Amino acid sequence: MLAGVLLLIFLPPLVAKDLCKDSQDGFKVRLSIKTGLGDDAYEWNESEMFLFRSTLAYAMRKHSNQDTYTIDNILVCNDTQRVSFVFVVTSTDDPDQLIPKEQVELAVRQNKHRINNAFLLSDMTLEFMGIPPTLSAPIIYDTEPWLIVFGVVIGAVAVGIVALLMSTVSKKRRAKEKAAGLSEEDEGIVKENGTALSSLGRKEGVYNQAFSNDDRFTKL
Amino acid sequence: MKLKLPNPGLEDRILSHDELERLEVEEAGDRPKWDNKAQYMLTCVGFCVGLGNVWRFPYLCQSHGGGAFMIPFLILLVFEGIPLLHLEFAIGQRLRKGSVGVWRTINPYMLGVGIASLCVSFLVSLYYNTIIAWVMWYFFNSFQEPLPWSQCPINANRTGLVSECERSSPVDYFWYRETLNTSAAIEDTGGLQWWMILCLISAWGVLYVCCIRGIETTGKAVYVTSTLPYVVLTIFLIRGLTLKGSIDGIKFLFTPDLNELANPTTWLDAGAQVFYSFSLAFGGLISFSSYNSVHNNCEQDAVIISIINAFTSIYAATVIYSIIGFRATERFDDCLSGNILTLLNTFDLPEGNITESNYQEALHSLNTTNPDIISSLALKTCDLNSFLSEGVEGTGLAFIVFTEAITKMPLSPLWSVLFFIMLFCLGLSSMFGNIEGVLVPLQDLKVFPKSWPKEVISGVTCLVCCLVGLIFVQGSGNYWLALFDSFAGSIPLLTIAFSEMIGVVYVYGIDRFNEDLIFMIGHKPNIFWQATWRVISPLIMLAIFIFYFSTTVTKEIFYIAWDPESENFPTLEKKPYPSWIYVIIFLLAGIPSLSIPCTAVFRAIREYCCKKHPSAPVREIDSVTYKVHIQDEELKTQDSVYR
Repeated sequence: MLAGVLLLIFLPPLVAKDLCKDSQDGFKVRLSIKTGLGDDAYEWNESEMFLFRSTLAYAMRKHSNQDTYTIDNILVCNDTQRVSFVFVVTSTDDPDQLIPKEQVELAVRQNKHRINNAFLLSDMTLEFMGIPPTLSAPIIYDTEPWLIVFGVVIGAVAVGIVALLMSTVSKKRRAKEKAAGLSEEDEGIVKENGTALSSLGRKEGVYNQAFSNDDRFTKL
Repeated sequence: MKLKLPNPGLEDRILSHDELERLEVEEAGDRPKWDNKAQYMLTCVGFCVGLGNVWRFPYLCQSHGGGAFMIPFLILLVFEGIPLLHLEFAIGQRLRKGSVGVWRTINPYMLGVGIASLCVSFLVSLYYNTIIAWVMWYFFNSFQEPLPWSQCPINANRTGLVSECERSSPVDYFWYRETLNTSAAIEDTGGLQWWMILCLISAWGVLYVCCIRGIETTGKAVYVTSTLPYVVLTIFLIRGLTLKGSIDGIKFLFTPDLNELANPTTWLDAGAQVFYSFSLAFGGLISFSSYNSVHNNCEQDAVIISIINAFTSIYAATVIYSIIGFRATERFDDCLSGNILTLLNTFDLPEGNITESNYQEALHSLNTTNPDIISSLALKTCDLNSFLSEGVEGTGLAFIVFTEAITKMPLSPLWSVLFFIMLFCLGLSSMFGNIEGVLVPLQDLKVFPKSWPKEVISGVTCLVCCLVGLIFVQGSGNYWLALFDSFAGSIPLLTIAFSEMIGVVYVYGIDRFNEDLIFMIGHKPNIFWQATWRVISPLIMLAIFIFYFSTTVTKEIFYIAWDPESENFPTLEKKPYPSWIYVIIFLLAGIPSLSIPCTAVFRAIREYCCKKHPSAPVREIDSVTYKVHIQDEELKTQDSVYR
């Protein structure tokens, strides 16, 4: 009687260990806590293992949409000092049956982000051997940033070229007018009383103060 | 040894000292002038200090015995660089013309030297501006976080990284695939790469804006382009010194190995570096100094610019190697951590059991207990010195090694922007000199009609260069650029420099040259200048030329190609050139060099066949009396129109 009771108590863990050790559906997990967190690294102990098993149970629940997965469905073995171990997932209906590898893989991939965050680790520091990390989507820009900078530079260059060419053209025009004015001056001396007819050719004329309109002071 | 070759008619061709004095006082010449001395010095410094100071000198220094390389470098600087520089400055200031004008004045048969300078300046401008286009491409791409060359892109079906990138590295992939899109061989043109065409257009556009009115506009631009590199180098030095491993890099660079001094290649490489670093024989320096006032102290300028150039080379080498030291240390650390991780994972040891300090003992103890497992792991050998001596120079240094180092620094986009702005300024200020060496000879040779304004001439030249430069934006463009760099910019320059020395010293006459210097700077150049101009520097030039010529002609010429299908990928593969390339090599190196004798022969034939009549129309000369005479004539014709 006593022997039977003892066998009943000790059999499940032994069976469980066998399920875990010999199975093909297990995954090896490796954590590099010190590498990932440096000085903030936490100790790996039973409670952390408990957390791991519960997050995996959570992942299985989400993947299969069955709320029946519990922590007892996650079996762990081959615990090492490296902080690496193997786990298997047992089915909720039959504790001796394991969930196939592909299912577990899908569950883990879907929820890797949540599992990583629970342990403050990343894809590099929390590795599931055989499950490659999902690559993040490449950033897609509406306009490539380099085109924007290129546009700015080309715009500045175009503005510079136009400004310099305009200044050359206006300088030439001014020089031409000055030369035209100079050659007319050579012919006649411009006098204040304007006897030389050439002064009529100039646009500005000669400012004669006697005829100014500034009569602010003369009005009574 | 006062050898002087016969040179009839020299007096008629040059302005006498009195005429020069009058020109100076009355400012009756229509030649442009520098606004102030600072502009002239900055332009010359900018022309001399270029990309070579950043990516060629550090490599030479490190590969030829570190600190010991300074000895041949400084010796050859004093005996080769400074005399040649002084010669070019003095002759330009005296004859007040660009390179073609100067050589035609000295002796019409030496016109070929000017034409050779024009050809070389043109060929070098073509490919140099392409390098600036590449720098601009990297600059444009630096305004994003993370930098595009810090990680491999994901392949089309999102299962992994692009295979070419995975096998090499993200920086290699970005350079060879996303920037150049190189073809596997020079025969494969690979088509034009549209993004590179845009960058090429922007490079020529910026150059056009700065050169549009000659030194009027470049003189303003050099205030920024010549000073900014020094600011950025200082910033990088401060940043570099705070990074781990930088001191190792600097120590590695300067550790002297005096045995290298016995190696003749060291001396020849030092001589070549001094020569190319000073941008001699391009004709640009002669042009720049011709805009100076006649009594400018060109001797002092030559010495100052040489010192600045040498200082910049050493300073840049320090900065570059501090960053390379950082990168090498990072790589070494990564290599070691990788090995440690492998060991921990294989033996399931707790983390922190094996660290960098006890790695060797741990490896040894594990090797004694489980040798077969250790050998199956294929651990990499991590050696800091091998990472440091990954001797990279040229574009590889700037676009692969340095960009990788930048990705490892915090705030990478900032450092990337700064670095590429520095390279851009260094390249652009050198381009000013190259373009000057193209534009002024074209004007002297009267290729363009006189009525065309300066803006149009520079515009047409830039447009033509841009169109021809499209060779370098094809898939195989990188290989063409390497070809041009090796052949257009090496042997012709040596022949031109040698001809220049012979021309000034023996054709123009060292006596006349000395008198000119007495007139210009007030004292006769001392025995050092006499000895170097007459004997020492020409001999050095001849020695370097013979060495280069013999090594180029005798050895088989290879180029290194990026070929994803080769077995040694990612190592670059050595491929032989196809046979038709030899024709192009001959054109690149031969045409400038052979134009020196050919022009003389051509001119001699012309003189002999069509003998000139004695009553030929008055040749245009740059004399004051002649110009006043012309102005009088013009006024007379104007008056007659009005009356």
